[in-house]
Amino acid sequence: MSGNWSRFNIASIVLGFAFLYLPIVLLVIFSFNESKLVTVWGGFSTKWYVSLFHNQGLMDAAWVTLRVGVISATVATVLGTLAALALTRYTRFRGRILFSGMVFAPLVMPEVITGLSLLLLFVAVGFDRGFLTVTLAHITFSMCFVAVVVQSRLMTFDRSLEEAAMDLGAPPVKTFFQITLPVILPAIVSGWMLAFTLSIDDLVISSFTSGPGATTLPMKIYSQVRLGVTPEINAACTLMIAVVAVGVIAASVANKRREVQRARDEQAAQRG
Amino acid sequence: MAETAVSSSSGLAAAQPAPATSNSLLNAITSRLVIIVPYLWLLFFFLIPFAIVFKISLSQTAIAMPPYTPVFGVDGFFDALSQLNFDNYVWLTEDALYFNAYVSSVIIAAISTFLALLIAYPIAYGMARAPTTIRPTLLMLVILPFWTSFLIRVYAWIGILKPEGLLNQVLLATGIIDEPLIILNTHIAIFIGIVYSYLPFMVLPLYSSLEKMDYSLIEAAQDLGCPPISAFWKITFPLSLPGVVAGCMLVFIPAVGEFVIPDLLGGSETLMIGKTLWNEFFNNRDWPVSSAVAVILLLLLIVPIMIFQSAQARAQEQGR
Repeated sequence: MSGNWSRFNIASIVLGFAFLYLPIVLLVIFSFNESKLVTVWGGFSTKWYVSLFHNQGLMDAAWVTLRVGVISATVATVLGTLAALALTRYTRFRGRILFSGMVFAPLVMPEVITGLSLLLLFVAVGFDRGFLTVTLAHITFSMCFVAVVVQSRLMTFDRSLEEAAMDLGAPPVKTFFQITLPVILPAIVSGWMLAFTLSIDDLVISSFTSGPGATTLPMKIYSQVRLGVTPEINAACTLMIAVVAVGVIAASVANKRREVQRARDEQAAQRG
Repeated sequence: MAETAVSSSSGLAAAQPAPATSNSLLNAITSRLVIIVPYLWLLFFFLIPFAIVFKISLSQTAIAMPPYTPVFGVDGFFDALSQLNFDNYVWLTEDALYFNAYVSSVIIAAISTFLALLIAYPIAYGMARAPTTIRPTLLMLVILPFWTSFLIRVYAWIGILKPEGLLNQVLLATGIIDEPLIILNTHIAIFIGIVYSYLPFMVLPLYSSLEKMDYSLIEAAQDLGCPPISAFWKITFPLSLPGVVAGCMLVFIPAVGEFVIPDLLGGSETLMIGKTLWNEFFNNRDWPVSSAVAVILLLLLIVPIMIFQSAQARAQEQGR
């Protein structure tokens, strides 16, 4: 059936990908523009990167963003994995419908609503807005994405492996760490990466839940974009893209290596 | 050995009430924690905040910070009940601005969703029919833009769509147009922004339902003399319907409440409810009114969200 991959199919894929990638490529190219105008090419230069590193406000914001990202992604991964386990392993418990609703709803919830509601919660319980509140907010929305990613891996998981381990006397907790966790680890890793990216990208929810001294990079970029488009922002965006791209590529290479290793182990086991 | 055998048999039944030996008790607690910890987290940080939004939408604006009269606390609760007022909602109906913002948000989101479907379908179809060896790469390429910041991707379009931007430069240089097109700060720019930002959300569910399709059905139809276009409408499209529904919901729901795209690409003229809520909150500092706007937006989206949920649940059942 893949024999008739028609010209129309190929053309629509090529055009679709051009549409997806062209704006990003142009943005990166113009970050190396000598001219102050973002749309007129004035020769190659890296001066915007230099001025970027001297922009204290941006650097501070980048540091806040990075810390919020790492902490919130880590906590969200733990909570999201637990939620995924709860959804796939326990098909019947009280309030399961509400629970699955709370896991899936944040995926499509408009950010302005999530942001506003979290802010009002923090005010109601008397939390000072700042680093902590942004981190808590990020954990809440990104754990749901982690849960979905891990859940889809758990659904294809061969449970007879776990049952075998438990029949051989391994308690559930041990079974989880020795059998289940290694198998779903790639999904957990990509869940972490997804949570991290969502966190460092978020503008709307951060703007609502953040306070003085906890300005994140997207908030900073947004306030500068409103004043006009500058090559310095292009440079900042390019660096953010580079960080994410390196992370994604490294993760997929590591995944591939682990798969190859596992295939090799399985072969060895069958031979031995 | 006998002891481990006992714990293993009760371990299998961890979700059911276990006999009270110490080991199985531990297991039972662990299995409860798996559910309880994320449950409580979402309850506290997702559900309760909505209750608070609802509550504040019924309170009055006060000048003090936080800008609303408090309606909290157990003792305050009954006082509050008597003071509840719907002024904010009345206010929303009196000012045409809000009504127009809701209507135009829904229309803009619906048009964008339709355009995204039109563009995403051929891409997803092409991917599903691609040789199996390159499918994972194509899939990766669709997901990759999702990893770059939303804000950055929207920002990138400003430089392209501006009157003196790249698109106009190209079109003027090639002689297709004589004077620059005004796209930025119009609805067209918003459509482009939404379609561009949400395209992967549309492609992925379409691809996953098209990939599962049995293409010998189409060959059979064509062998029986059915023209390709009617074969598409009679076989391919109905079979991809779950993907169409999921994709449309994934684009439509967030697009209705979108803030960044109308703010950066739509200019000051555009009315969209996400932007109205933002302005009400950050510029006018009217928390009760912005809460009321949020409540109505949520009510508006409850039906699409339910459709999305049930589609998710069905997909989950099939995957089992």
